Amino acid sequence: MILKKLNSPQDLEKLRAAIAGGRKTDKLSVNICGGTGCTAHGSADVVKAFQEEITRQGFTDKVEVKVSGCRGFCERGTLVTVEPRGVFYQRVKVKDVPEIVVKSVIGGEIIDHLLYKEPQTRQHFVHENEVPFYAKQMRLLMANSGRIDPTSIEDYLHYDGYTALAKALYGMKPEAIIEEVKASGLRGRGGAGFPTGRKWESTRKAPGDIKYVICNCDEGDPGAFMDRSLMEGNPHSILEGMIIGAYAIGSSEGYIYVRNEYPLAVENATKAIKAAEALGLLGDNILGSGFNFHVKINRGGGAFVCGESSALMASLEGKVGEPRAKYIRSSEKGLWDRPTNLNNVETWANVPLIINKGAKWFASIGTKGSKGTKIFSLVGKVHNTGLVEVPMGITLREIIFDIGGGIPGNKKFKAVQTGGPSGGCIPEKMLDLPVDFDELTRVGSMMGSGAMIVMDEDNCMVDIAKYFIHFLMGESCGKCVPCREGNKRMYEILCRITEGKGEMSDLDLLEEICATMADTSLCQLGASAPNPVMSSLMYFRDEYIAHIKDKKCPAKVCKSLITYNISEKCPNCGLCVKACPVQAITPIAKKQPVVLDQSKCIKCGSCYDVCKLNCVIVK
Amino acid sequence: MKLTRKQIKTRLDAILAKYNHDNAMLVSILQDTQKEFGYLPKEVLSELAEMARLPLTQIYSVATFFKAFSLVPRGKHQIHVCMGTACHVRGAERVLQVIERELDIQPGQSDKDLQFSLDTVNCVGACALGPIVVVDGAYKGNMKTEQVKPLLESYK
Repeated sequence: MILKKLNSPQDLEKLRAAIAGGRKTDKLSVNICGGTGCTAHGSADVVKAFQEEITRQGFTDKVEVKVSGCRGFCERGTLVTVEPRGVFYQRVKVKDVPEIVVKSVIGGEIIDHLLYKEPQTRQHFVHENEVPFYAKQMRLLMANSGRIDPTSIEDYLHYDGYTALAKALYGMKPEAIIEEVKASGLRGRGGAGFPTGRKWESTRKAPGDIKYVICNCDEGDPGAFMDRSLMEGNPHSILEGMIIGAYAIGSSEGYIYVRNEYPLAVENATKAIKAAEALGLLGDNILGSGFNFHVKINRGGGAFVCGESSALMASLEGKVGEPRAKYIRSSEKGLWDRPTNLNNVETWANVPLIINKGAKWFASIGTKGSKGTKIFSLVGKVHNTGLVEVPMGITLREIIFDIGGGIPGNKKFKAVQTGGPSGGCIPEKMLDLPVDFDELTRVGSMMGSGAMIVMDEDNCMVDIAKYFIHFLMGESCGKCVPCREGNKRMYEILCRITEGKGEMSDLDLLEEICATMADTSLCQLGASAPNPVMSSLMYFRDEYIAHIKDKKCPAKVCKSLITYNISEKCPNCGLCVKACPVQAITPIAKKQPVVLDQSKCIKCGSCYDVCKLNCVIVK
Repeated sequence: MKLTRKQIKTRLDAILAKYNHDNAMLVSILQDTQKEFGYLPKEVLSELAEMARLPLTQIYSVATFFKAFSLVPRGKHQIHVCMGTACHVRGAERVLQVIERELDIQPGQSDKDLQFSLDTVNCVGACALGPIVVVDGAYKGNMKTEQVKPLLESYK
């Protein structure tokens, strides 16, 4: 199909109709997930295998091979759906491809061993939406990501793409759009949860001819990857949101700031911009409305602090990414001292939905103070890891146990960490907490960008606190004293405790540093850095005390406080002797337990990992 | 092989042209420069400062602020170990220690014969598959300590 510049909403609808007409709904297709998780599972080879097999069998006219964006169920990759019946296969390997093509695509059969099986009940599920992982979700933002080819604007148009833009440009005044977004109750998905409509309004009202809009895709929170998936899987939805926002604010220039660690996101966003420009949906005189808006992509350099808005803007100006004190908001003076509106990827992606379906509909989802859905990355010690999109207000228990399928290996749940490095650890007794911005803050954690890291009995909470403080110490830009020194000193104290050299007074000292940092740091990185320490001290104080008083690590993680020992049952199979990098293990006699020399042992755990008979015991 | 000044200039020219000589794109320009030269050599940065009409101090401050940049030569194969939270709780630290031991280098360093460079990254955003090691851009998920040696061997 030849794509021409569109000069009116009518042109857009004509094109949409032409795209629909060109597609036979009964055409057979194989839809393979090309998200990062599935790619790591080898989905690119699976795609190639499907193309080759279909060519070999001579079905190229009948069957189409499509690569979609992320579907969230990364644990089970590679994910494949056979259309039009929507049969959902998981953990597909190259060797399964011929069977799928012959039996399922052409033959219409269902291949049982590739279906999802519920681990407990062994029940089989044929369709994606029946699988318990998906059944409790409300996939508004992620729905299209698993359906469309992210590199094809036609696909996006086919699923009603850019209808919200046409509606906004031709049916709504900028002020009306802002009112609609305000009424929807949408709050920023990047972490702080600032009301989006209010931010837009203050940028619109700020004096100045040149204004900027920025999409923050510098997703630095370890454990969070929803922005990556959206940008990779459905970049046009974000662009559409940005164009609508720019029109409402009165901006003609925008930036997408992406982490360089996300090469596919950079690639797909670049393609999306080019495709939208070619159709006149972006650039000068958008859809013939006279409105101009240009978007550039800027890549980050691997600094966590650049997710902070003022640091991000400094980086966009080609400078070192340091934050500034915000006596004056970015909406007044941001990028190059001009009014700037920055929103996170997921926030932008919500905009077309609100314009299309209305503020009332959006506000009907969620809780009193938090509307709509939120995408969480459910990772760590949980069965079904991946991205889950749920309505605000769902409980942690529903997310972790109903959607996530609980904790693997019959281990006991210990805590869930939300909000990234500066979030907090939430204990088991609070699992029935409804998840929204305000409730998470109330219990000493935060929404952050939506990382949800599940921990079990094998995780040491002091070690986790130390991990986060180490991370924040490295990422502190060093501009203000409380953050630069506070993180360092906290890290030293936590190291002391995990080495068994801590004292009870260290706990008071930690709390004192935490309070000072929260009160006096320049930006939110420093001000929220105490969260992991404060929340673990609040809910897991007994673990700190065990390290200090008993010199024991209850989870057997902290190296200085554990020893590896060989059980009497050891039959001298020799695996650990071979694995030990420092020759600390020596065999004595045939079928007699080997001997581990504690003075040589570096506690690397290699023996523990290789032993198949559980004869290495950690004490 | 040492590059002549002219060769450096030609390559930088192409990079600057790609970004329309817009100095606000400095981070991206440096990324492309690093990709082109393998790292950020001193003489290249001096040349860049002159060509882009930027103070060398600004280029240096940006090049040392961001983790992605290296001012020393890098190995043939780039190993990135994800130290994100999801990988951490599943034992990334121990995977890293085995790599450090095998190559006898610390993160930020390259081995003697410049075969491998080792770096840690905060999160690669494939958290469902932790612990993750990325070699030359290819993701290896669910890494176990005993899989490190075979993985390194396969690149030798």
